[in-house]
Formats: sequence, C-alpha cells, structure tokens
Amino acid sequence: MTINNLNVLLADDDEDDRWLFEQALSDIKIKSNLSLYKNGKELMDYLKNMTRKPHLIFLDLNMPVKNGMECLKEIRQDDNLKDIPIAIYSTSSSEKDIENTFINGANIYINKPNNFAALKKVVEKVLQLNWQYQTSNLNKENFLFRI
Amino acid sequence: MKIYVTFDFNITRNAILVEQLEKLGVQYSINNGAREIHFSEKLTEEDELALAASLKKYGIKIIDDQKTELVQRIKDTITAMLKDDEAYLYKVSAYLATKLDYSYAYLSNLFSENTYTSIENFVILKKVDYVKELITTTDLTLTEIAYRLNYSSVAHLSGQFKKVTGLTPSAFLKIIEKRKTVDSNNL
Repeated sequence: MTINNLNVLLADDDEDDRWLFEQALSDIKIKSNLSLYKNGKELMDYLKNMTRKPHLIFLDLNMPVKNGMECLKEIRQDDNLKDIPIAIYSTSSSEKDIENTFINGANIYINKPNNFAALKKVVEKVLQLNWQYQTSNLNKENFLFRI
Repeated sequence: MKIYVTFDFNITRNAILVEQLEKLGVQYSINNGAREIHFSEKLTEEDELALAASLKKYGIKIIDDQKTELVQRIKDTITAMLKDDEAYLYKVSAYLATKLDYSYAYLSNLFSENTYTSIENFVILKKVDYVKELITTTDLTLTEIAYRLNYSSVAHLSGQFKKVTGLTPSAFLKIIEKRKTVDSNNL
C-alpha cells in the first residue's frame, strides 16, 4: 500500500504552538498536508463534514470551548471517525492525564517539547510510526506509544 | 451432445491481454513472457483503473510497482520470521537475503528509501507488536514470551519494550484492560 501525503490535523488554541508545529512538520522528510484548528469545536465541526479522512490527528488537551479529552471521546464513539489515529499533544505530564487519554482511546501521548529541535524529532517519530501503522500489518488495537 | 476442449495457456493469456489493451487505443508491447507491458506514453488514471478492472475479471492483476512489491515481501518475510522456530539460527540479514534471493545491502537500501524506516527498526517494531499481542491475548508470562521470541532475558524484552513504546509491558497491559471496561460501559 502506498500513501503519497499524510493528511494531518492539529487542534491547539495556542497560536505560537500551531506555528511551531507547522514549521516542524514542513521540515521533515515525510510529506504531509496540515490543517489547523483553534479549538476542539472547530475540529469536530470539520470532522463531521469532512470530505477526506485524516491519517492522524494531533490534539492539545487544554483548549477553550471544547477540550481535547471531549474531542477524543466523541471521535472514539463515532463510527465514521473511531479508527483515526490520535496523538495527544500536551504540556501536561500528569500520570493520571496520560493514563486517562490512553484508556479513552488515544494512540500516542506526546509531552510538548520545549525546543524546536526536539519538537521536530518528536513529530518525525510520530509520523514515522503512524506511517508504519497505515502501511504495514501491525495490530491497530495495540497502537499505543508514549513519546 | 458433449464437446471437449483444450487450452494453450500462452495463447489464451496473450489473446486476453491484446483484446483488453487494444481498447485503450495506445501503443504497447507485451514483453518478458507477458509479465511486463510497455506503453509508448503514460496512461491516464482512468485508463489505468479501467484496465485494472477489466483484467481483474480474467484473474490478471496489475502489480503497483516492483519496488512496492518487494518491500511488501520483505515485511511479510519479517512477519513469518518472528513465527519461525528455526529463525533464531540466522541473523535477520542472512534470513532475508536467503528467503528473497537479493543481497541484504540491496534490500536494506530499498526498504529505507520506501518506508521512512530501516529494516532493523521495522523488525523491532514488529517484534514489539507481537509481544503486545501475546501479552493481551494469551496467558503466557513475560518470561515465556521472552523465551519464545529469543530475547536473551526478560530484562532485555522489557527494556526494548519500554524504549520503543515509552511504556512498561505491565503499564501497557493495564491500559488495554481498562479500555475494555470503558468500551463495555459505552455500549
């Protein structure tokens, strides 16, 4: 199976974080199309009328209007959306938060790195992993990584 | 009444190919024992799809491209290797080179160019995926799993698992178990 460009979505209320993420993503080898959303509601509104299914969604946890956890639960309970891989992208390093997102169906938990080089490395690692899960015979039920 | 028929496979195959290829209205040649078809110009996407659909009826399949095909065979061989009881006698490189009949250097380059990872990393990812499956679907202990997958020790297995997934095997299992409770509450 071949994929040319990965369709990647990011929901994050922090403008600087969105910009940095976009730069990191455009700098790495794996080609992707990125769409950005300012909060969970914007993301969910898009997903309900989407024309093209994303290959991966990055979700911040603390967002106004609708937070990441609410989005995660809604996505996992929607038959059209539930198989989309989700990477939580948060500053929280509380073990409780991490475990809760995994239990509610997150595939990857990322602690937002505090410098650009580290961010690039993390984003690349996540895209690589996701690419393997999209193109190889790996068990998606067990797609679970903390980075 | 009853009649009896016999086939010449080569003629049948060529007749089908010619019949379907003529429909496209482009110049082509059938080469290499009908394993390759060369076109004078690139087919449009619709033509390619239509050709694939019409050939499929005769059990003829278009292989996307040879490299993709070989990458897939490398992955399949790695999957088979993890379940092969004799595989521990070989290094991954020797195993793949023997089974696929290409030099490991060639396979390794081809794989890296097409998958954004290396064969070595893919083997580790695949092995951890297998460990995850055994942890969640069988009653095997980690010691038994380590033995079965030829890890030198449980510590080695746990170390690799943690390094790749960021989780210990027991934390992973706990999450999967708790997910089941969440799922059943949502039903």
